[in-house]
Amino acid sequence: MTSLAPPVVRGQEPTRSSGGRSGSVLVWMALPAFVMFVFFGIIPLFGVVALSFATWNGISPEIKLTGLDSWTAALTNPNLPNALWVTFLIMALSWLVQTPLSILIGTFMARQSRYRGFLAVLYFIPLLLSSAAIAITYKSLLDPNFGLGAGLGVEALNQNWLGEASLAIATLIFVVSWQFIPFHSLIYQGAVRQIPASMYEAAQIDGAGRMRQFFSITLPQLKYTIITSSTLMVVGSLTFFDLIWVLTAGGPGDSTRALAVQMYQLGFQASLMGPASAIAVILVLVGLGLSLLLRRIGGRADQSQLEGA
Amino acid sequence: MKRRTLLTLSAGAAAGAALAACGNDGPGGSSSSGGGSASYWSLSGEPGEPVRKAAIDRFNKANPNSKITPTFFQNDAYKPKIKTALGANQAPTLIWGWGGGGLKSYVEAGQVEDLTDFFAKDAALKGKILPGSFGAATVNGKIYAMPVETVQPIVLYYNKKIFEQVGVSAPQSYGDILDLIPKFNAKGIAPFSLAGQSRWTNMMWLEFMLDRNAGSEVFDNVFAGKAGAWSDPAVLDMLTKVQDLVKANAFQKGFASTAADTNADQALLYTGKAAMMVHGSWSYGIQKANGGSFVKDGGLGWMNFPPIDGGKGDPSNTVGNPGQYLSISSKATDADKETAKKFFSTTLVDDEEKAGWVKSGGVPVLTNSESLFTGDEAQFLKDMSSISANAKTFAQSWDQALSPTAAEVLLDNIAKLFQLQVSPQQWVDNMNGVIGK
Repeated sequence: MTSLAPPVVRGQEPTRSSGGRSGSVLVWMALPAFVMFVFFGIIPLFGVVALSFATWNGISPEIKLTGLDSWTAALTNPNLPNALWVTFLIMALSWLVQTPLSILIGTFMARQSRYRGFLAVLYFIPLLLSSAAIAITYKSLLDPNFGLGAGLGVEALNQNWLGEASLAIATLIFVVSWQFIPFHSLIYQGAVRQIPASMYEAAQIDGAGRMRQFFSITLPQLKYTIITSSTLMVVGSLTFFDLIWVLTAGGPGDSTRALAVQMYQLGFQASLMGPASAIAVILVLVGLGLSLLLRRIGGRADQSQLEGA
Repeated sequence: MKRRTLLTLSAGAAAGAALAACGNDGPGGSSSSGGGSASYWSLSGEPGEPVRKAAIDRFNKANPNSKITPTFFQNDAYKPKIKTALGANQAPTLIWGWGGGGLKSYVEAGQVEDLTDFFAKDAALKGKILPGSFGAATVNGKIYAMPVETVQPIVLYYNKKIFEQVGVSAPQSYGDILDLIPKFNAKGIAPFSLAGQSRWTNMMWLEFMLDRNAGSEVFDNVFAGKAGAWSDPAVLDMLTKVQDLVKANAFQKGFASTAADTNADQALLYTGKAAMMVHGSWSYGIQKANGGSFVKDGGLGWMNFPPIDGGKGDPSNTVGNPGQYLSISSKATDADKETAKKFFSTTLVDDEEKAGWVKSGGVPVLTNSESLFTGDEAQFLKDMSSISANAKTFAQSWDQALSPTAAEVLLDNIAKLFQLQVSPQQWVDNMNGVIGK
């Protein structure tokens, strides 16, 4: 997820730095990233857009331009509505689970004390693992016949976690959250540490309790961080592939088949690169649209948040 | 700002490393001077990988001037990998496959060498291979692949110890199977093990159920592209029977999330958590390698899929892979092609090759291997050999026979059928929609 999510943010970098102060240095610093982005982001993107207007089986040297055929095929595919639904379901649920937990853990870790530092290290472990490794591990642990439940003889753990439609989605959300909450907690931890201590001191003098401080100071001050983190979550969830693929391969049936999985199956299993590229373009457009929308919701970034600090 | 830069930098470094790796690892790699250096991609894991490796080692030792370099992949990962490589002109010299519809798509894309003349000139070589195995290697009357390795019928395996423990005997008919299901379920043993996530595993069930119900003609018509070929009442009947099996809990709990690549389905059988399993003959080698002394102690039983009462199909019919297939990339250099052909005509038909596959528990595609059927594997090999030889029809696995596009729709609908997400009628309608595609 993180590998594909940043480009959306990264794409804004050149415009930002051009308005900057020490212009030439920033341009040079942005250049390597920009070159990489053009080569691995922009150029393949044009390739995919071009392919979406063509017919290609992925093997043949011949790529035929066939206009809107691939788009028609992709949009009339009977599996598309379900894939869209699953994608948005995963997006919404993973946001709903990850955001509150990340804010809480981030706030918790922001306070300096030794045992929190130790716990913070533990929280970050999932961040070090690749999605495929996480998926394989969970798949083994959750196996109803050989997994944790069967091994320990705990009947409650012995559900059909990945073999039943609604449970499989829930399990997927759990694993996604387990994997990415550390990353978002880290963002929130940094943001909470930047909130001036004077605000809390003033609140304390006014007699505000812990809860009141959290809801009246911490949360409003985290507004932009919430937007950044939400953008990464929402756009990132569009690109979940490896985790789903290893964990359920889109199954059972098609109950976890998100757009990215549908794209892979069309392109690399059914040898229909045209319709697969059309879905890729849809994914890009949805991702761009959502991140623009989230920025809009966030309001203007130059508004001061520190009145009274 | 800082965090972003860090992210981009690390992404850049990773991409750079990946690029560098591409530069070195391209399988089309330059050939060393003199003899050709062929690359070879195939499947990893027991029982096949060690035999494949041994053949290449033998060839490399006998031909110091030329070199074959193998790379092995997991089954489900290999299928998209080889297609991507072909499309990117990065294909290995030797392309391993299942023949049929997949091979046809390579042929249509001009990616594989026509071997018709090669076999015509070398009648002795052609005579060393079972003639029935050439069918799936032939596209439009021309041979594009060499049949290699083993003939793999799909059979019904059962755990004899579990049958003894429950006090039942092996099923003689489909009716017996239906009677056995509640008996095993009552003891907390799954009647059948099925790796439902892999989908082609579910397909093996449909292949037999359709054949025993309706005979081999229905799929022949589908394969021939006849419109509406799935609209046979026997198909609806068969699909209903399959869904009845699912409803009767014939398969282990969570079968939809069991993947064949991890061999979890095999493990269910040899650990006694499941009583029976429909699987390819290669499963014998996996169970022997992974199941401890299970196979050696005679715990594993096998039979051809039993007849269905009132069904039209010939009970001798079987389904599976009539062989595995090696093609030569048309993009390879002449020297590399020569190396590959030499590999075909020498090492792949030698006695060690034959013995290696027999020892792995497989019936070689090479002729006159019956005399090697001795020792522990003798009975299994004799049975597989006679199932293959006596089959009135040895049908190729559907997903391999059809084009990749039709196969994907088939597998998708089969997975949904087993999840009870589509009704038999919807299944038939969906499948009629992709006939001939």
